[in-house]
Amino acid sequence: MAGLATTFGSGAMTNPIYEITEEAELMLLIGTNATEAHPIIGYKMRQAARNGAKMIVCDPRRIDLVDEADYWLQIKPGTDIPLLNGLMHIIIKEGLEDKQFIAERTENYEELKAVVENYPPEKVSEMTGVSVEDLYAVARLYATTDKAMIFYTLGITEHICGTRNVMSIANLAMLTGHLGRPGTGVCPMRGQNNVQGACDMGALPNVYPGYQAVTNPDIQQKFEKAWGKELPNKVGLKIPEMFEAAHEGKVKAMYILGENPVLTDPNANHIKAALEHLDFLVVQELFLTETAEFADVVLPAASFAECNGTFTNTERRVQRVRQAIEPIPGQPNWITICQMATRMGYPMSYEHPSEIWDEMSSLAPSMAGVNYDRLEKSSLQWPCPTVEHPGTPFLHSGKFTRGLGLFQPADHVPPAEMPDKEYPFLLSTGRILYHYNVTTPYSPGIASVWDKELAEFHPLDAEKLGLKEDSKVKITSRRGEVISAVKITERVQPGMIWMSFHYAETPTNELTSDGLDPITGTGEYKVAAVKVEKL
Amino acid sequence: MDRVKLTINGKEVEAPAGSTILQAAEMAGIEIPRLCYDPHLSSLGACRLCVVEVKGNRLLPASCVTPVTNGMEVETETDAVVQARKTILELLVANHPLDCMTCDKMGACKLADYCYKYEVKDSPFVGERHHYPLDDSNPFIIRDMNKCILCGACVRACEEMTGQDNLSYLYRGFDRKATTAADVPYIESDCVFCGQCVAVCPTGALVEKSMSGKARRWDIDRVRTTCPFCGTGCNFDLAVKDGKVIGVLSTPEAPVNGQMLCVKGRFGWDFIYNEKRLTAPLIKKNGQFVEASWDEAYDLIAEKFNAIRDQYGPDSFAALSSARCTNEENYLVQKLTRAHMGSNNVDHCART
Repeated sequence: MAGLATTFGSGAMTNPIYEITEEAELMLLIGTNATEAHPIIGYKMRQAARNGAKMIVCDPRRIDLVDEADYWLQIKPGTDIPLLNGLMHIIIKEGLEDKQFIAERTENYEELKAVVENYPPEKVSEMTGVSVEDLYAVARLYATTDKAMIFYTLGITEHICGTRNVMSIANLAMLTGHLGRPGTGVCPMRGQNNVQGACDMGALPNVYPGYQAVTNPDIQQKFEKAWGKELPNKVGLKIPEMFEAAHEGKVKAMYILGENPVLTDPNANHIKAALEHLDFLVVQELFLTETAEFADVVLPAASFAECNGTFTNTERRVQRVRQAIEPIPGQPNWITICQMATRMGYPMSYEHPSEIWDEMSSLAPSMAGVNYDRLEKSSLQWPCPTVEHPGTPFLHSGKFTRGLGLFQPADHVPPAEMPDKEYPFLLSTGRILYHYNVTTPYSPGIASVWDKELAEFHPLDAEKLGLKEDSKVKITSRRGEVISAVKITERVQPGMIWMSFHYAETPTNELTSDGLDPITGTGEYKVAAVKVEKL
Repeated sequence: MDRVKLTINGKEVEAPAGSTILQAAEMAGIEIPRLCYDPHLSSLGACRLCVVEVKGNRLLPASCVTPVTNGMEVETETDAVVQARKTILELLVANHPLDCMTCDKMGACKLADYCYKYEVKDSPFVGERHHYPLDDSNPFIIRDMNKCILCGACVRACEEMTGQDNLSYLYRGFDRKATTAADVPYIESDCVFCGQCVAVCPTGALVEKSMSGKARRWDIDRVRTTCPFCGTGCNFDLAVKDGKVIGVLSTPEAPVNGQMLCVKGRFGWDFIYNEKRLTAPLIKKNGQFVEASWDEAYDLIAEKFNAIRDQYGPDSFAALSSARCTNEENYLVQKLTRAHMGSNNVDHCART
């Protein structure tokens, strides 16, 4: 989200989901497998494509939506920036940029022009594997379609150059004026149910609720007054830095709520060692997860069906979560957190989650107009500054959140680790339809049908290695090894293996790279070098 | 948009040009019976239950596919219409098991509702009946093709909502069947188990396996909530019976997704009753977890966290909050970390 925050001033999806079927004339999908990771959005994209909207898919894998697409750009993993720069090069060369939009609403255009000048189609074709002809066709189509939306997810961000990738997408949208109107925009789709909300709530090391900087003295003072405590003004640690600091013995105690970094974070063995190093670890969870095993105290958590509260979806829509059954551990999570804080000497007392929301929204101007009474009637998309405000379906109308949109050109950054003689395969990872990070394997129904990892191999590689459907293989990287069953499919390119990360028996993230985006700290889940041994 | 004026049951009605009679009636608050019609799917005009009388037309047109015209005079419940509907229902019931007393769909079965309305108890038409085997090959959906009335809603939902194109019509005449390619069970087909077909099925032909035998529809409490899986933010109702969730029912009122859900949202909820759920706090003693009271757990946490902060400073503490938990829980975690522990070391997996 740092990429969009820098270029637009706000790190959120710019346009709402319903515009896919109601407004868009073109959808450009880059690094997003929507029908599996965001199925309902994927189904809507498919509906739109079948109703005549153009679709361009940029993905190294033959994802399902390729069947609906007008163009499939099968790029080599990790070459998103050259592709995007190459498209912008053509657009500028052919005079298809939106000159008025650039002049009135953006800055730093000359620098962008200078950088993308170095990405002529022939060179880009070489770097990305996309034909020159397709580069021209897609550049022209995107630039000349009035209502064009771009969608991306972790295929863009989970690279060492993730932030640069995002900025390059923003550059393309600004260059062609595809922002601030219905049916346009840049839409990062959030992977988890409440990533947007957790960010909005200030569960981030640099901002309070509502994206108010911890380093701003006025903001600090406002929160000090509200919370009755002196507050730190130094930006805190991001997740990878926390584990690094735990390794070094600087972080000695951790509280982990509803996360399982041992299974979901890259380079799992490194995480385990960090957790082992802690003096004291508290984990609040539904299950005794791989991470909870390392805890000194485990607090039982309540599921979504057992709590009142709100989630905020990927389009900034705040929606109610309602308690349907008695909490299985005896109490909802918010009460547990309040009781724990109170015992620690910081009294927290609320009658209902709506009071927590009210306290938060009184401190966060962008959400001040949202309250539980209004949410009873309908969901609301922030910014929603007053109780009369109807909410904001799309951002950046007439003006960017930061004023002028900032072009932030980027050059190609190769992945931190590429296949070589010793580790000849490129491993990429992602989510499959039937599973969601780490809760679905606990669903007896789902687990009974999709019960194990199936690493995807191209038929040519399978033949070379003597693999059959369901063969067992050992996959090894410089960081770890896992055993997996095999699925043979042309969805992947030769030389590439694709795996999910949902199964404790095949902890794929023991293999993944320790390369990080230096700005966001996001792990490079999408590219690692591995070797394969048939068992 | 052009408006068209007509009368329905003597009432003057206005509707946008291009509306069907059924839609115009609905806007005027007049409900016309329908089995195959669903406002979120294309209109098929297959079941004929929505027939009406239109002055000057000697046939009874299906209102779901007949556009309104200026000056049209429509009657929706004349003797001829009622007789036609009775006959249609009798024909459907002639080849439909009347085991309504044990049918899971009872209470949400449109066929039963209309038979009740038009007093159709059984059928004067005697003939061959289907004896299809039950398809319960998968953990999520039970298909009883004997109860299928060939309204085609499942076929259209599969094609028009999900776009999976896994269902179509096979065979001819009496043997006609809405089924998978090659007529294989769902589990052997290209089904992605989104369950859109179950959500739109008007009879007991498609039902949620988790709810089968658990409750009649009128005994179910529906609690509207937001899906805990990906970031799309689908809404659905948790179906609750005797304090237990027994299933998920989608609703056209959901702002993002309408009736649509995916396999996780519709069928993945049962993780909440996994026997491995933790029910009490655990404290590790000599490398083993031992159940403890909340008080013991809080005392130990308070002592350790405070001592470490006091000895090593605020930044010796870090909190990992959760993109899976509610806004309110996240707010509390960052507030505790900042206000009490004195550190901005709080983050969550926005990056994974």
